[in-house]
Amino acid sequence: MAETRPGQPVRLLWPLLALPGMVWMALLFVMPLYVVLAIVFGGIDPVFRSPLPAWLPWEWDFTQFNFVLSRILGEGGYFGPAMLRTAVYVVVASSACVLIAYPVAYYTARYAGRYKGLLLTLLIAPFWISYMMRMLAWVNLLQDDGLVNQALSIGGLFPGDIDWLNGRASTVVLGLVYGYVPYMILPLFAGLDRIPAATLEAARDLGASRLEAFRRVTLPLSRPAIVAGVLLTSLPMLGDYFTNDLLSGSPGTSTAGNLINNSVTTPGQTGQAGAFVLLVLLVALAPMLLYVRTTRDSSGVQS
Amino acid sequence: MTTLVSRVQDGLTRSTAGRSSGAKGHGVLAGVTVLYLLWSLLPVLVAVLFSFNDSRSRTSWAGFSTRWYYGDLERSVWFDDSLHAALIHTLRLGVIATLITVPLGVALALGLDRWRGRLPAGANVTVLLAFVLPETLLAVALLFMVTTLVTPLQLGLSGQVAGLVTFQLSYPVILVRSRLLTIGSHYEEAAIDLGASPLAAVRRVLLPMLGPAILASTVLVFADVIDNFVIVRYLSGDASTEPTSVKIYNSARAAPTPALNALASLMLLASLLAVLVGYAIYRFLTRGERGGSRGIDAFTGEV
Repeated sequence: MAETRPGQPVRLLWPLLALPGMVWMALLFVMPLYVVLAIVFGGIDPVFRSPLPAWLPWEWDFTQFNFVLSRILGEGGYFGPAMLRTAVYVVVASSACVLIAYPVAYYTARYAGRYKGLLLTLLIAPFWISYMMRMLAWVNLLQDDGLVNQALSIGGLFPGDIDWLNGRASTVVLGLVYGYVPYMILPLFAGLDRIPAATLEAARDLGASRLEAFRRVTLPLSRPAIVAGVLLTSLPMLGDYFTNDLLSGSPGTSTAGNLINNSVTTPGQTGQAGAFVLLVLLVALAPMLLYVRTTRDSSGVQS
Repeated sequence: MTTLVSRVQDGLTRSTAGRSSGAKGHGVLAGVTVLYLLWSLLPVLVAVLFSFNDSRSRTSWAGFSTRWYYGDLERSVWFDDSLHAALIHTLRLGVIATLITVPLGVALALGLDRWRGRLPAGANVTVLLAFVLPETLLAVALLFMVTTLVTPLQLGLSGQVAGLVTFQLSYPVILVRSRLLTIGSHYEEAAIDLGASPLAAVRRVLLPMLGPAILASTVLVFADVIDNFVIVRYLSGDASTEPTSVKIYNSARAAPTPALNALASLMLLASLLAVLVGYAIYRFLTRGERGGSRGIDAFTGEV
């Protein structure tokens, strides 16, 4: 009577269900990443300038990777500033995201009352507006004769002829914050919403001031949500080149994403593009694993 | 007894008093939230507004017109073949990628949730990693694979669909698994005890219960796919397989007409319609459940 208890047939069913997805991920997620390694540690065809991948690890040749590394770390390395800039932009933009998102998420979770559903809908809305549309909106606003300059020149207080869209780091960071802050608000909201109101009331009943209750109860309890939010905003920023292209387009603000994008589209620089990809991947790997750990623990989804 | 009652009443009035004074004190938070929403949504509304502008300008208003949608016989979305084709291609990608992603992801979620062992655990980590890998890195890796290995995939539709499915697969997996967590395994065990085959238990008991999560992931994947930029750009073969997001990226800085805004507005409409219809059906499917688990936040998998 194998069928009366979860025996053999059941055990076979689950692997069969998982198999197509696992094969897909092996072929189209793991394999492409290996192709990157083979290209970075391979050579370049001297005639066609196309990559010659080295498929076996013992045939790997580190020339291309070392070349890129020396251009980043070595003296006069012209990739170095872009890497440094990436770090600065990501740190500044992510911090700004936390500062904006926390009060918004806190208010929505705790004080929005009957407007909670409406507020949440509006907070989620940016997810259904394409990123390109949202950047296009800012390109329109920040034109030389755009609404921002028009508004600034009202009353003649400011000159109103600011050239926002040519190589301004502040515009790029603004674009990054605008683009990614929704990814911070939602995990923060979910984390803050999960804190029972009774916990805070208990802290207040025990004599904590509002500020103290926030600092010693809410803030520590929302820390995992902050971490998740920071990871969800800063990881995509690491590879972002399009915000930069649309809002600045100047080499003076280019970041790791731009280095990747520029070399991907240049013949003969495939290996170089791969090396940048590998470097960003190495930087991103620890935060990615941290995210996997926190989500597996908090949602209880694990094997 | 009376002292206890009075102390409880005292406590109640104190806590309600505290709350109402809190509500006043949180005017600042409410202000920040409103300002954030204005900042977040107004630029996009302005961009939509200017798609109805009666002149070429995207910065000064010249009256209402639908010329950029279909009035202009050369440059409107309806008559400009390249914009028209981009719109059709985007919707085609959305439908095909969603039809592959959702069944593949649901089966993978079921398999990974119930199958214990090292292999499924590793696959689960891979899926979560794919969720947070910076998209640019995955796009370059896929581009490298499609261009260096001989595969059935080509730059263009097939490559784009493969990339989109890989990038989106984690969505249904995460949504369905969190739903499975609340369902538990009792129902299908009961069905098996009552004589159902394991497959029938999944098909006739689990799948109907997963309906809302499957619907939500369908809508989310579709809305995400039609907004995708990074993957579809690298994997597009030529101008004929460039979707709307790539058209926006290519022409946003090159003196575009409001037809570009019109194109973006149409995509926005498509996303919003998909989400609204999906959410309405979701509310219908979950009508028997308690309030908390059927809000817009549960729909988008945020809780």
